Amino acid sequence: MKYLPLLFAALMRKKTRTLLTLLSVAAAFALFGMLDAVRVAFNAPQSVIGIDRLITSSRLSLIQPLPYADLARIQSTPGVEAVTYASWFGGIYQDPKNFFPNFPVEPESYLDMYPELVLPQAQRQAFLKTRTAAIVGEALADLHGWKVGDKIPLRPTIYPHRDGGEVWTFDLVGIFKAAQPELRGSEKQLLFHHTAFDEGRDIGQGTVGWYIVRVEDASKADQVAQAIDRQFANSAFETRTQSEREFQLSFAKQIGDIGLIVTAIMAAVFFTLVLLTGNTMAQSIRERIPELAVLKTLGFTNRAVLLLVMAEALVLLLLGGLIGLALATLALPVIGEASSGQLDVAMRPESWVLGIGLMSTIGILVGLPPALKAMRLGIVDALAGR
Amino acid sequence: MKPRDAEQIGLNLRPETMSEVTPTPESHGPEPLVAIRGVSKVYERGRQRIEVLHHVDLDIPEGDFLALMGPSGSGKSTLLNMIAGLDLPTEGSLSVAGHRIDRMSSTELARWRAANVGFVFQFYNLLPALSAQKNVELPLLLTRLSGARRRRNAAIALDLVGLADRASHKPNELSGGQQQRVAIARAIVSDPTLLVCDEPTGDLDRHSAEEVLTLLQRLNREYGKTMIMVTHDPKAAEFARRVLHLDKGILVEQADIGA
Repeated sequence: MKYLPLLFAALMRKKTRTLLTLLSVAAAFALFGMLDAVRVAFNAPQSVIGIDRLITSSRLSLIQPLPYADLARIQSTPGVEAVTYASWFGGIYQDPKNFFPNFPVEPESYLDMYPELVLPQAQRQAFLKTRTAAIVGEALADLHGWKVGDKIPLRPTIYPHRDGGEVWTFDLVGIFKAAQPELRGSEKQLLFHHTAFDEGRDIGQGTVGWYIVRVEDASKADQVAQAIDRQFANSAFETRTQSEREFQLSFAKQIGDIGLIVTAIMAAVFFTLVLLTGNTMAQSIRERIPELAVLKTLGFTNRAVLLLVMAEALVLLLLGGLIGLALATLALPVIGEASSGQLDVAMRPESWVLGIGLMSTIGILVGLPPALKAMRLGIVDALAGR
Repeated sequence: MKPRDAEQIGLNLRPETMSEVTPTPESHGPEPLVAIRGVSKVYERGRQRIEVLHHVDLDIPEGDFLALMGPSGSGKSTLLNMIAGLDLPTEGSLSVAGHRIDRMSSTELARWRAANVGFVFQFYNLLPALSAQKNVELPLLLTRLSGARRRRNAAIALDLVGLADRASHKPNELSGGQQQRVAIARAIVSDPTLLVCDEPTGDLDRHSAEEVLTLLQRLNREYGKTMIMVTHDPKAAEFARRVLHLDKGILVEQADIGA
C-alpha cells in the first residue's frame, strides 16, 4: 500500500497518455465482455424444461423441410396441446439490404400460438379470409411506410413463383404489435398464408419448414420433446425438438461458427491491445530511466523496481479492463432487449473471471519486458544519461 | 534551527528498522568512516581499456566534509559513486563504517545505500509527479516506519531545509534552489551515515548555490553529517573542511581548510 503514491505518480506522469491507454483497454474489454456474452449465449447448452413452446425441425439441417403429414402425428403426441407450422421464405423487398424475416404460416393456429402478436380483430379476420393476405409488425410497417391496403412485392430467393412471375405480391391487411415492449423485435417480420405459399411455389409442396408445439405442462417439456423426436427416429425425416431460443440461435449459427468468429475477433483485439499497451509501457519506462535510476540509488532493489513496473502495467490493465467489463455489463441488457429477449446475453461470472485472467496475462505480457529493462538498469550509466 | 531543536523534532531518526537491515557498528574506534585502499577502476569499451582510478588510498573520518575536485574525466565522480555503493572497484578494497561494500551483492548494496547514504544530485532528480513531501518520504518507504511517522519525519526534514511551507508543491512549482533543498531533505530524512553530493550547485545561480552550500555546511557542523561533495567550483569547495584533487585517476593534493 505504501508504494501506491509511487504507482500513482508513474501513471499520472503523462495524464493524457494514461487516459488514452486506459480508454483503449476499457474499449477492448467492453468489446470482450459483449462478445463473450454472445459466445456463451450461442454455445451454452439449452434446456427445454419449463418452456411451453417448442420447435420441431429436421434433425439434419434447418433447411431440410419436414412433411406436412407429420402434423397429425405431432398433434397426437401425449402432452402436446397445440401445433402450428411455418417455413422460411427468404423474400427480398426491393433491395437485399432491406432484409427482414418473412414466413408463410398457418394463420389461425399461428396467431393462437403467439398471443403476444396483437392484431385488431377485424384485421385478424381479414388475414384469415384472404389467401393473398399478409400481416406485418408495426416496427416493420413504420420502417417502410406501409399501411393497410398496400401491396407488398417480395422477390423470392429460394422459391420462384409457379406462374413464372419474378415477385410474390401480398395484400397488407393487418399490422400487429408486440404485447410487451421487450418483444418489439418480433414486430420486424412479415407473415402470410402457408397454403398460398404451398400452391404458388414449384418446389417442395407438401412440406413445412418447422412445427411449433405448445405443451400442456411446461415442466414436462423435456419428455414431450423426446417423445416427438422418438416418433420420427430412424425415419427419412428425423426431427429435433428444441426450445424456441435454441432454434433461433441455430438460425444465426448458419452463418458460421459463432464461437470461432467471436474468438477470432477477440484475439485480434487483444493482439492489438498488447502492441498498444506494450508500446505505451516501453515508452513510459524509456522516459523514466533517470527516475528509476534515482529509485535504485535511494536503495530500491532490482526486484523492487521490477515489481513496481509490473504493478504499473497490471494496474493499468486491471483498471481499464474492469471499467470495460462494467460498461459491457451495463450495455448487455440493452442488447438483449433489442433482440426481443431472443438473445439471452448477460455478463456471467465466468466472463468476469476470464476477463480478469486476460487482464492479468496481458498486464504481465506488456509489463515484463520494460520491467526487466528497469531491473537491469545500470545506475551510473542511467544517471549519466548513457 | 539549533541541533537541540532537531533532536526534539527527531532528526536523529535513524529508523529502528534500518539497523536490522544493515547493522551499523556503534563505535568505529580509530578506524576512519570510509577507508579506501588501493582502489582502481577500469572501464572496457570494446578493445579499449580505460583506467579511471589508479590505486587510490583515502581515509575519510566521521564528521568530515570533503570536497573532491578535478577536471572532467579525472575520476572524481567515479570515486564518489564507489564510496556511495553505486559502482564497484575493479581492484582494491572499500570499507564504510566497517562494512566491505566492495564485496556486497547488488541487493545488499541497495539495502546498504538505503540505510547509510543520502544522495544530492546536480539536477535534483526529484520525481516530477510527486509533491515535495512525497519526494522526501521516498527513502522512508524502504523502512518499516508507519505512514504517520514517515509523514512526520519528512515534514521535519523539510522544515530543516526551510521548505515546510512548500510541502505540497510539485517540483515544477519550485525554483532550482528550492528543488535542491528538497533533494537535501530527501537525502537526510533517513539519517544516513554519509551524504554524497555530486555537483550540488552545478545547476544553480550564485545566490541559490550559497544557500545550498550553507545548508550542507550546517548539516556537517551542527549535525555531524559526514559529507563528500564533488564540485568544479572552487567557491563551493571553500565550504568543505577538506579538499582533495584528482587528476587522471590519481590523488594529487589534499588541502585542509579547517573548521
